[in-house]
Amino acid sequence: MSAALAFDAVSCARGGRMLFADLSFALRAGAAAVVVGANGIGKSSLVRVAAGLLPPAAGTVAITGNRALLTEDNALDPELPLARALGFWAAIDGRPLPIAAALAAFDLTALAPVPVRLLSTGQRKRAGLARVAASGAPIWLLDEPANGLDQRATTLLEAAIAQHRAAGGIALVATHLPLALPGAHRIVLGAAA
Amino acid sequence: MTVVIALIARDVRRAWASGGATLVVAFFLLVAILFPFAIGPDARLLARVGGGVIWAAALLAALLPVERLVAPDGDAGVLDQLAVRGLSMTTVAAAKIVAHWLSFGPPVMLAAVAAAGLLDLSGRTLLAIELGLLIGTPGLAALAVTTAALVMGLRGAGAVAGLVMLPLAVPLLIFGAGSIEGGAGAFKLLGAIVLLLLAGAPFVAGAAMRAALD
Repeated sequence: MSAALAFDAVSCARGGRMLFADLSFALRAGAAAVVVGANGIGKSSLVRVAAGLLPPAAGTVAITGNRALLTEDNALDPELPLARALGFWAAIDGRPLPIAAALAAFDLTALAPVPVRLLSTGQRKRAGLARVAASGAPIWLLDEPANGLDQRATTLLEAAIAQHRAAGGIALVATHLPLALPGAHRIVLGAAA
Repeated sequence: MTVVIALIARDVRRAWASGGATLVVAFFLLVAILFPFAIGPDARLLARVGGGVIWAAALLAALLPVERLVAPDGDAGVLDQLAVRGLSMTTVAAAKIVAHWLSFGPPVMLAAVAAAGLLDLSGRTLLAIELGLLIGTPGLAALAVTTAALVMGLRGAGAVAGLVMLPLAVPLLIFGAGSIEGGAGAFKLLGAIVLLLLAGAPFVAGAAMRAALD
């Protein structure tokens, strides 16, 4: 069963304000979409709708496959060494093995014994990305994954997304920073309004 | 099931890492020590009110970590991550109740032995108190987690938590303290209240956590 993510005429309202309306797109295995738009236009809300955390005001979201979510909060226990903090989520996902590979993919191997609270902003973001990569979920929902990343880490992120897509994965990326995602759909929020 | 065990283990570890049992025991004993100062050193009077003092101290000890039970997980995005993985917030709340009980129930029961000495309680009374605490503390844990979920995201959540939880804990206090003198019937009533709280709390706490997700 290959992964799929489809929005059908989805509208999203927060606090009585309509953020976007009648948004439709479909992503099949190997596809990616970049959500762009001004601050506060609803990029993060779109990701949360795709993650199932926010019910859409109208329309339907069809999902096939597990999802992995990256938000501003990396959900790693600050007092634990990085490897153990990631290990908690790997255990929840029932995949205790691929942490080492995920750490290596984001150049974090040397930081594995360091407590999460001592990591820098960029390192924390990479740790969150490693959590997404280790989850093994085919659908990646990334909210501003490039925030705080340096040039090298951004390249690692682009490579990880490319590899994920080559393996039949889907990536939905909300970002205001330029990311090289070849052949990605562009979802421009606020363009119609 | 392994997921629930992982959640419980994480919460227990975090509770112990942040002072956990030591803090609860110290707080519990402090309350038990304060009462004799306030009431005076009359041993007969202390022995008569002692059971109630221990129950009030246990209630306050359960309330002590209420701001750390749910709110940090909401702030750190842990609840988001669990929801994305398809876990129901009801399950998460149930795991949190078990974990909270594990990190405060047994320590309070141990500390009650010392408190009984301070309050000059007889062995028979202590036995009744321990049995009552064994039945009653899971109910206190359920109340504390529910309160923590209801007040998460509020500023000054600790004070509001007290206002929410203390009135709801009145039945537990009545039947808990009553069971010291009341015999088997009072234990059954205490058990009934605790079962009611344990059955309802995961759903109430889960709904509050779900509401906080968006």
